[in-house]
Amino acid sequence: MNLTLKVWRQRHANDTGTIETYEAKSIPEEASFLEMLDIVNEQIVESGDEPIHFDHDCREGICGSCSLTINGVPHSREKGITTCQVHMRKFSDGDTIWIEPFRGKAFPVVRDLVVDRSAFDRIVAAGGYISVRTGSAEDANSLPVSKDHADASFDAAACIGCGACVAACKNASAMLFVGAKAAHLNLLPQGQPEKDKRVLAMVRKMDEEGFGNCTNQYECEAVCPKEISADVIAKLNRDYAVAATKEAFT
Amino acid sequence: MAANGSSNGTLNSAIPDGPIAEKWTNHKNNSKLINPANKRKYSIIVVGSGLAGGAAAATLSELGYHVKCFCYQDSPRRAHSIAAQGGINAAKNYQNDGDSVHRLFYDTVKGGDFRSREANVHRLAEVSGNIIDQCVAQGVPFAREYGGLLDNRSFGGAQVSRTFYARGQTGQQLLIGAYQALSKEVAKGGVEMFPRTEMMDLVVVDGHAKGIIVRDMVTGEISRHAADTVILATGGYGNVFFLSTNAMGCNVMAAYRAHKKGAYMANPCYTQIHPTCIPVSGDYQSKLTLMSESLRNDGRIWVPKSADDAAAIREGKKTAADIAEEDRDYYLERKYPSFGNLAPRDISSRSAKEVCDEGRGVSATGLGVYLDFRDSIERLGEDTVRARYGNLFQMYEKIQGSNPYQEPMMIYPAVHYTMGGLWVDYNLMSNLPGLHVLGEANFSDHGANRLGASALMQGLADGYFVIPATLPNYLADQVPGSVTTENEAFEEAEKAVTDRIEKLLSIQGERTVDSFHRELGLLVWDKCGMSRDKAGLEEALEKIPKIREEFWKNVKIPGTGESLNAELEKAGRVADFLEFGELMCRDALNREESCGGHFREEYQFTEEDDAVKSGYTNPGEAKRRDEEFSYVAAWEYTGDDTPPNLHREELVFENVKQSVRSYK
Repeated sequence: MNLTLKVWRQRHANDTGTIETYEAKSIPEEASFLEMLDIVNEQIVESGDEPIHFDHDCREGICGSCSLTINGVPHSREKGITTCQVHMRKFSDGDTIWIEPFRGKAFPVVRDLVVDRSAFDRIVAAGGYISVRTGSAEDANSLPVSKDHADASFDAAACIGCGACVAACKNASAMLFVGAKAAHLNLLPQGQPEKDKRVLAMVRKMDEEGFGNCTNQYECEAVCPKEISADVIAKLNRDYAVAATKEAFT
Repeated sequence: MAANGSSNGTLNSAIPDGPIAEKWTNHKNNSKLINPANKRKYSIIVVGSGLAGGAAAATLSELGYHVKCFCYQDSPRRAHSIAAQGGINAAKNYQNDGDSVHRLFYDTVKGGDFRSREANVHRLAEVSGNIIDQCVAQGVPFAREYGGLLDNRSFGGAQVSRTFYARGQTGQQLLIGAYQALSKEVAKGGVEMFPRTEMMDLVVVDGHAKGIIVRDMVTGEISRHAADTVILATGGYGNVFFLSTNAMGCNVMAAYRAHKKGAYMANPCYTQIHPTCIPVSGDYQSKLTLMSESLRNDGRIWVPKSADDAAAIREGKKTAADIAEEDRDYYLERKYPSFGNLAPRDISSRSAKEVCDEGRGVSATGLGVYLDFRDSIERLGEDTVRARYGNLFQMYEKIQGSNPYQEPMMIYPAVHYTMGGLWVDYNLMSNLPGLHVLGEANFSDHGANRLGASALMQGLADGYFVIPATLPNYLADQVPGSVTTENEAFEEAEKAVTDRIEKLLSIQGERTVDSFHRELGLLVWDKCGMSRDKAGLEEALEKIPKIREEFWKNVKIPGTGESLNAELEKAGRVADFLEFGELMCRDALNREESCGGHFREEYQFTEEDDAVKSGYTNPGEAKRRDEEFSYVAAWEYTGDDTPPNLHREELVFENVKQSVRSYK
């Protein structure tokens, strides 16, 4: 199939950036979206220009690197998948495809479609963990966890940290990401001792990094490749309210 | 050995004395210690942030050392350990089904086709239980039973249920556990994290690894980092084949740079070809996707008995449903009645190749076999099958555009893991003092074939429990901070790195980096893939230098070194694969036997062999030559134009008797 690509090009963080047009010719429909970009890039390189830069690594939907806004939607309109899992058979010959980075104030563009998501790492470092020194753990079966809690915790832990939730949100809010991490740990008995501290620290870090507030549009849930429910945001708000109240009275 | 230069010096594997079950305890008791107040004076470089590197960086920081951790990804959470699906083994015996440390040790030594080091494997089995304890305490949401206790499954042909899992995302959950532990230490200031930073060279000062030269992938800045010891946890080299299930960025550069600085590369020919991957469909393909091996628990693998039927399927004239039951060959069940579809990876992969080579492959390219759930759906119902494998079926459908509930999946083996790697002793230290190597990057635990659910176990064992205990054996003799980046060895190494980048950028030839990588990949897959022979390996050894020569004359890399430049990054990695590939083929040529993932066509069982006559094994199975080849082949770099030297570490099997591996 032959396609027209409208691609965001930006040489470096301080460049203004622009949309450029590329013709993608003879693309096999079995190819993945990123393989289509590989083909276009190989042609760009052969012609002596610099290829379109984009983040990608595992190409099987789990590492969270790939991060393209395709026709205005992070990871494309198809539900529950990452950019690398989009396949060209979903497009038609002659289509024009708009490709942009995951945008957000806290996600500055590094180059072209590559953005800096290190704010997520700093939020996790603020409290997204359980403080257990290696070697100090008890036997794993000494602490039974109900299957329901373990499953709900897993659902939240499935987050791959891609940032689609931020890119889809008109406020560039990171509430789904932070809510998922908080829910993963706060739902488990192991996570209880640091629960309040964790929530306060992560939310404050999130605000400091420049992410916006949640105004209940659920765009984050709609684009999440792991289909994490916006319920984790409700839980985050509840856990935060409890922790903030306790903090105020101690 | 003569063909490969002379051997000088012996390899001291530093295996502790005593009975196998007491070696690790004795070793810990006799290891050196560093006073808590002194630990913070020592600095440690960790390259790689996957299960091995992330766990090591976090744990060493907890102990009080100052750690610098480097990764090429934009975040340590993205290391390729994340993609492991199936599970992690541990000898907990929670199922009361007869598992034990000894049994896990035995299975791993046997599964590795008697080419691993017994003492290391036993230690791995010993610490396996602690890994599960640690991960659960970190909040890893392993699968649980309704009673709240941990669930287990049998995996990859094991006769006991010792595999812990977190749906089909065990690697992800374990890595997030390690990443969170690492983040905790980053916040505390014990670990300095350098994402989007690639190690370009190792710095050796007075014969000891004391630092690295790195490139900031965003700004292109080259910088020096000195430390009291260097730990490489940089994964495997599967991408030498271009197509593999590895992530796009996985590479051998760090390990190969260390090799060129004096570290021996061990058993590079041991590569694992995973039997259940989605087949290649065209030359645009950038990578291969693995379908979890757990599918083999309920799926039946088959091809038509006749090549004519297979041809009709390939041409679209017939479908799987048109092949009557009696015309199907469930070849694994036929050849290995007691293990059936769960036969070990190397055996399953080779069997798929055999039937496809006979013209009985069913995918359009002829390189694909069926993995059929029809009988399971009939027996268990579609809902049960969906509950077990729903996410995998969905993944398959997205990639292939075909519904596995209605028609069988098509699978074919693909490169997945590499058992070979840098040589290490019992302390996980290379022959190059001060250089430690963990996880897939070292060679030590899996022999010639790795069992399912053992990679995660080894990465975490090395990172959480082994290196923290063994590192002081080296560090205690070092004066902390004695080497700085002012040392002239850093000057030289940095200049070599800068020169290499300038050289790459100055070529401005006609061909893309990928075109060279693809050419190399096809060649080594063909000659040094699932099946190898002398003539093919010699051909590859003749061709690889020519590809390399053309690469250095004709590669085209646009842009500059002073910015994010994906082509330049790839070029550096492919340049090393072009040298490493040759070493891999040389090792495969040297090893005149078949073992595990290394199958030499000249060495297989025939009707003449007693083991076949007695019905113990089948003709065509891999034939080891223990008398001649019970050794680790550790290769020493001697120069770009001279062949490497072979050093041997003789393997001693005192606890598991070397036997013909039979899965009949």
